[in-house]
Amino acid sequence: MTRKQKKNLTRIVVAAIMTFSFHFLPLTGAPRFLCYLLPYLVVGYDVLLKAARGLRNGQPFDENLLMTVATLGAIALAVFSGSGDYDEAIAVMLFYQVGEWFQSCAVSRSRRSVSELMDICPDYANAETESGALERVDPSDVETGSVIVIKPGERVPIDGVVVSGESTLNLAALTGESTPRKVQSGDEIVSGSINQLGVLRVRTTKEFGESTASKILELIEDAGAKKSRSEAFITRFARVYTPIVVFAAIALALLPPVIMLAVDGAPAWRVWSYRALTFLVVSCPCALVVSVPLAFFAGIGGASRAGVLIKGSPVIEALAKTRTVVFDKTGTLTRGVFEVVAVHPDEFDETELLHLTAHVERYSPHPIAVALRAAYFRENDGCSVERVEELSGRGVRAVVNGHTVCAGNIKLMSESGAAPRACLDCHGAGVAIHVSEDGRYLGHVVVSDVVKTGAKDAIAALRRLGVKRTVMLTGDSERIAEIVAQELNLDEYHAELLPSGKVAKVEELLARENRGTETLAFVGDGINDAPVITRADVGIAMGAIGSAAAIEAADVVLMDDDPGKIAVAIRIARRCMRIVVENVWFTIGVKVLCLLLTATGLVGMWSAVFADVGVMILAVLNSARALSTRLSVV
Amino acid sequence: MKKSYKIDVDCPNCAARMEEVAKKTEGVIDAVVNFIALKMKVEFAEGVDEKEVMELVRRNCRKIDSDCEIFV
Repeated sequence: MTRKQKKNLTRIVVAAIMTFSFHFLPLTGAPRFLCYLLPYLVVGYDVLLKAARGLRNGQPFDENLLMTVATLGAIALAVFSGSGDYDEAIAVMLFYQVGEWFQSCAVSRSRRSVSELMDICPDYANAETESGALERVDPSDVETGSVIVIKPGERVPIDGVVVSGESTLNLAALTGESTPRKVQSGDEIVSGSINQLGVLRVRTTKEFGESTASKILELIEDAGAKKSRSEAFITRFARVYTPIVVFAAIALALLPPVIMLAVDGAPAWRVWSYRALTFLVVSCPCALVVSVPLAFFAGIGGASRAGVLIKGSPVIEALAKTRTVVFDKTGTLTRGVFEVVAVHPDEFDETELLHLTAHVERYSPHPIAVALRAAYFRENDGCSVERVEELSGRGVRAVVNGHTVCAGNIKLMSESGAAPRACLDCHGAGVAIHVSEDGRYLGHVVVSDVVKTGAKDAIAALRRLGVKRTVMLTGDSERIAEIVAQELNLDEYHAELLPSGKVAKVEELLARENRGTETLAFVGDGINDAPVITRADVGIAMGAIGSAAAIEAADVVLMDDDPGKIAVAIRIARRCMRIVVENVWFTIGVKVLCLLLTATGLVGMWSAVFADVGVMILAVLNSARALSTRLSVV
Repeated sequence: MKKSYKIDVDCPNCAARMEEVAKKTEGVIDAVVNFIALKMKVEFAEGVDEKEVMELVRRNCRKIDSDCEIFV
């Protein structure tokens, strides 16, 4: 509780006790009026003051003025009728303040839980001075390229590369992934992760403000800048609602009595002014105005805990309506790294064939060569490799231990005079590297980009969420695309696309959906896909940890590269929208009901305030639900 | 130039009105108030003194909500 909250609670309690005890005093007339005025002022003086100030500054329609008019009106009615029943006015003010108090508590609670989630930026760094001593400094003063030390248990303040030391890092606050990651010298580490075991010396590669943790924080705090359609609706609603109710209240006070006067001569002024005052009490749109943005904010906070950064409430709205998900293949659905998946020798054993192939590829930087060398890790042995020739579009030729060895496609085989064997097992999603020695066919090695574990489950999870179409776009060949699409059970694929072709395809797909009710999400790695990411309704960048460019371009940023997070993001967005819709209907519904019951005289001022305050508290509590991270498990 | 300020305000409605008032203040191109994060992000016009402008913003905001605070 803040000091203000404590003070207001005291005022409420004091006023309540005073009012209650005055009931036992035999007070009448003016003394009674003065006595009851005391608790009224204790609990409501700030409201009266604010109302006066609002009037002076030409801002009439705010809840303070409404409360003031309603309660002063109730007091006036009590005085003129001679009933001396001031309880009503005090109770109304009391309930109003109780409501404000609860609202303030609920808001600061949610605020606290969100800021706990966002507590990923340490406020100091241990800078290493030239003499090797450690100095605790403000991380924003650390220059790029200087060395900082991160002790066990500390959070990494700035992105950098480990210079010395070995440890494990906990990235849970960034990715939602609880398995710690091993790091050693040479590894890049990102700010926001927690060092668990050993001391790490790190050379910073970015400034504090450009580091991952700062970027994430900035993004979450800026998320409120763009207003969603629901929020815009609420603002518009609040703007027209209050004046309408005020004029309706005036009409309610004047019209029925005048009509009655015209009909049978009994105007019942008092009854109608009382009802009109009650109208004013429930005219504040607070519940709506507080609960809707709170729900969005909590949703964004909860998602960030699961390693999903959502840039603003309009994105939540669009994400919740996703019906088409378009994927980039390499790096998104597949790991983007080649691996040897099969070795089919004709003469030697598998190791011998790999051995020879790796030698031929000794100097090539091509990803396939890297994969081949990785498969035969003792490549750097005593064998001599000479006269290496890269034959573009065909393969590599080299002289290994005096024999001419060719490794490449079928074209290269026929050139070298070898007859490649057609292999029935080799229609996997890979590239076959045929090998020949002095014109004799030796066999082939199949390398392939491997599908990520969990990619298939991710697609299935999307389908369960009602995503109608899953599409894969790739620059790779038709054959590879087909196999991956089949393996993952995708609805559509388009192969051999240039980057511009991907944009065109996404535009084509966008034209197919029902605008307004359905949206299209594109998932890519955020670096090569920037144009497509911007074009899609929802651009999702995956595996973006440490990549400021990706964080910049996308609407949704998945910190790790688990495709299952797409379904998680959609589920979080859907739940958030459900809470928003619940709150909008619930609060407007109860308001309208209150107004109707008040107009017909079925409900008094007390109950009207009670309903009003109750609705607000329930709406705020409902909004806070969006913070939960329960949905992060697929 | 954009700058972010910490603010204190009680109700979301007041926060929304603070935003409106800040936007209309001279020297301010755009302003966004985040009620939950209690932050006000202000984009200043070219060449203005941000301290002076923020003083004006605060004065204007006080007119609509006497309790609000902007920490400059």
